[in-house]
Amino acid sequence: MSVSGKSVLKRLDWFSVLIYISLVFIGWINIYSSTFTEDNPSIFNFASLHGKQLFFIGTSAVAIIIILALEANFYERFSSLFYIISLALLLGLFVFGKTIAGATSWYDLGFFNLQPSEFAKVATALALAKYLSDIQTDIKRQKDQMVSILIILIPAFLIIPQPDPGSALVFFALIFVIFREGLPLYYLSIGVMVILIFILTLMFGTIWVAIILGLLLALFLLLKKPSFKVPVIPVTLIYVAVVLFSLSVNFVYNSVFEQRHRDRFGLWLRLEKDPKKLEEIRKTIGYNTYQSEKAIESGGKYGKGFLEGTRTKGDFVPEQHTDYIFSTVGEEWGFIGTATVVILFTLMLLRLVHLAERQKNAFSRMYGYGVISILFIHYFINIGMVIGVLPTIGIPLPFFSYGGSGLLFFTALLFIFLKLDANRLNELT
Amino acid sequence: MRKILLSSIILLVGITFIGRLSYLQIFSFSPNQILEDPAIKKVYDYPERGYIYDRNGELLVANQPAYDVMVIPREVKPLDTLAFCNLLGIDKERFVSQLKKARVYSPRLPSVLVPQLSKEDYGRLQEKMRRFEGFYIQKRSLRYYDTNSGANVLGYISEVNEWDLERNPSYAAGELKGTTGIEKEYESILRGRKGVKHIQKDRFNRDIGPYKDGTLDTLPEQGKQITVTIDKLLQEYGEKLMTGKHGGVVAIEPATGEILALISGPTYDPALLVGRERSKNYSKLHYDTISKPTFDRSILASQSPGSPFKTLNALVALQEGAITPETTIHCYNGFYVGKRKRGCHCGGGSRNLNSGIYLSCNAYFAGTFRKIYDQFPTSAEAMDVWEKHMKSFGLGTFLGYDLPTGRPGRIPNKEYYNRIYGEKRWSSSTIISNSIGQGEVEVTPIQLANMTAAIANRGHYFTPHVLKKIGGENISIPEFTKAKHTTIDKKHFEPVAHGMAEVYKKGTASRLQIEGIEIAGKTGTVENFTRIDGVRTQLTDNSVFVAFAPVDNPKIAIAVYIENGYFGSRFAGHIASLMIEKYLKGEITRVDLEKRMLEKTLEEEYAKPYSGQPFKINERVW
Repeated sequence: MSVSGKSVLKRLDWFSVLIYISLVFIGWINIYSSTFTEDNPSIFNFASLHGKQLFFIGTSAVAIIIILALEANFYERFSSLFYIISLALLLGLFVFGKTIAGATSWYDLGFFNLQPSEFAKVATALALAKYLSDIQTDIKRQKDQMVSILIILIPAFLIIPQPDPGSALVFFALIFVIFREGLPLYYLSIGVMVILIFILTLMFGTIWVAIILGLLLALFLLLKKPSFKVPVIPVTLIYVAVVLFSLSVNFVYNSVFEQRHRDRFGLWLRLEKDPKKLEEIRKTIGYNTYQSEKAIESGGKYGKGFLEGTRTKGDFVPEQHTDYIFSTVGEEWGFIGTATVVILFTLMLLRLVHLAERQKNAFSRMYGYGVISILFIHYFINIGMVIGVLPTIGIPLPFFSYGGSGLLFFTALLFIFLKLDANRLNELT
Repeated sequence: MRKILLSSIILLVGITFIGRLSYLQIFSFSPNQILEDPAIKKVYDYPERGYIYDRNGELLVANQPAYDVMVIPREVKPLDTLAFCNLLGIDKERFVSQLKKARVYSPRLPSVLVPQLSKEDYGRLQEKMRRFEGFYIQKRSLRYYDTNSGANVLGYISEVNEWDLERNPSYAAGELKGTTGIEKEYESILRGRKGVKHIQKDRFNRDIGPYKDGTLDTLPEQGKQITVTIDKLLQEYGEKLMTGKHGGVVAIEPATGEILALISGPTYDPALLVGRERSKNYSKLHYDTISKPTFDRSILASQSPGSPFKTLNALVALQEGAITPETTIHCYNGFYVGKRKRGCHCGGGSRNLNSGIYLSCNAYFAGTFRKIYDQFPTSAEAMDVWEKHMKSFGLGTFLGYDLPTGRPGRIPNKEYYNRIYGEKRWSSSTIISNSIGQGEVEVTPIQLANMTAAIANRGHYFTPHVLKKIGGENISIPEFTKAKHTTIDKKHFEPVAHGMAEVYKKGTASRLQIEGIEIAGKTGTVENFTRIDGVRTQLTDNSVFVAFAPVDNPKIAIAVYIENGYFGSRFAGHIASLMIEKYLKGEITRVDLEKRMLEKTLEEEYAKPYSGQPFKINERVW
């Protein structure tokens, strides 16, 4: 060990650690509340879910010690190996996987179900950082762009058929890392455009999208400087492409999507105009979101108090201890609680951006961005779903939701970066 | 730029989330969300509805248990349907359709399969019920009537409707509330307050314990018993006399304004509107458009008062100095309005106040009415004074009694006639019919009775009311205990009361005297019309009678209004006389009179306008 344990602790970013501890603690309190029953109030009962979570927290603490104790360059050196192992584990699921709730996403280790997709997130973030920071890689080159995108896509495509599209989606967030390192802007612009046209088509139909786009073009032509030469052919081609894509949206939506996906989008974009029917859909297809929104709403400003959430006690919100844990915060701790959690996540992410930006070492910085992207996408999609601003996509809230693999690998994800950050001064020597 | 993009997105998302959360938790938050919370079940504990007693402490209304057969569709096991239906006394189709309805409502929640079994049916069912899984019997409380009369005063209770639910949050669907009569007027007293238990439920609707350890729960508050001013015996007797007659009878204790009897004929047994047959019976009563049993004629029938109104005209004339008791007016078997002669039954000759009243001379009162108007320079001014005096007797307004319905009647005023005839286009001659209680003036029986009470009291009355005690405590509501004074001086009442006493001694009701009781009364025989196929057709005269007794220190003032009963001294006079005797003596000495009243009905008379044939009116019935 080149760095003594003492100096690691001294250089560790305690601000991030403190937020991490707060989130894990608040998360556990709420898991306790949402799985609490009058006849099983004991904290240390490992048959109960909150007891198990406590055990996972302990495991994570051990993991933190190991991660901090290991040499910093261990992660960079073995990142390719981790990546290959994770791919192998994902492939192995097709043969040895255990199915829970319709998804073959776990290995049954007897005392513990391991979810390799969680591990793959860490491994992919490391592998991507490693590839991008390689002296041979030039992100301006198309070939290197393709390879780095491939690093992200392979695990994603292995996860989709589990099926676990939510987890697969997380990998796409790693595009941010490539982008930060200089991926041309138009990749992102095209992505945003695709999403926008998709949504607009669903809401207004192809014809209106074509008309509005045409009007915008006409407006641009009217207002442009006379000196500006319009590249007629490319603009026309793009316009045609957009219209064709818009047409294909309808096809994809109606033929490729399953009914439940259509329902979720329909509900999210309020495609049903009849308020009575919409209310009906909210209460049936949108049951989870409806119940979680109602639970959060019923908390008011100050909440009903710890263990006092009636809807939480009555188990009205399905999957409340996992994906919908945030609704417990809303009901029992009110706006004060939910705002605190949102602020804690925001602070942590901003802090991590700051840490990433101060890295001298390219690998550390890129890995840092990987960590931020993964944490952010989870936080964004999960809370967005629970409070009803995003369609239902089942992914957990980092450090918060019940689940061993999740907590363990989110912890690993974060603390590997904190270890790299603590080690940044050594890099110079 | 790439460096700050991610931070900006993070911040933006944070702000969006907080915005959305504040929308949900601060702006959409409704403080009474405990009412809407699906996780909290409210179980109500209903207090017993207060009993109702009559003025002498006789029970009128109490409660009786009824039993609903309930079903939880999910728990129903295959059963011997036929045996079960026989047991319940329903046919199989009804059973199947009810069960289906219950299943549609909720397979998990109880629904009523057969409502309101009687105690007897319950006894039969109780022991065999266990054999049928998924069914059980639930007790509830219904009204029990210890009398078969007073339906119009007592009123009934029925399930609350959507409108009540919206207006009054203390009601929940399926609860009962007073809908008419005393039950409605004193709902809040009789009802008490229901207790509520909050139970924490899970999403399968299973109870998982008390909410907040029951700290928000409340105990039920018993409904209070009410004592009403109605005399049960008098009310029952009056209704018996009214059998087969349409009209209203109202008896008031002049010294207090307490309503002794409030009878509407025809009426119905209040028990008809309780129990399983309730809705069937209600439709039957409601759709009887000829005799209208649910229409409370005693307070809703606004009709011409007829001759009893003459007494008020006399009082106004005395007050305004238009006449003295000695003033005489000659009756030519009638009187002239312009060139048209209007008839009189008094026999003709010279009349003064006394004989004018006891012989009910139309000519005398037409003359008196003219004299009132001659006191003033214009008819309009006279009208104002006349209207003021009449209204001081509680006419032309809602009296303010404690029952939920009523009619104001009508005391016409100058605006009314200006509208009809034009300004200054009318005079006392135009409106002369009002002098004898015909014409435009209209009163309800309770107003007639109240007016009589004011004469009995020689100048004041107490607002008629039915509430006597709440929970055994005498009430002190100033509205009912403070005398309302008429605008006529006390001294003018004595000659009028004297004239009314003569009505019994030598006047129109001389055959109706009761031995040992000095009564003052006034007959009325009221022309009335209806429209048959759009043609104005005269019907047999309404028989009207007002009386108070004893003349000095009166104990009862009564008004009887019998539709198409012909002479005032006939049906109305008889009933008034019998009622007074019953109330004051407690027994009837003139059995023949009573027998005649109990036997004679007017059904034939009421059938006439509906017969489609031409018919005679004002025939001698006996």
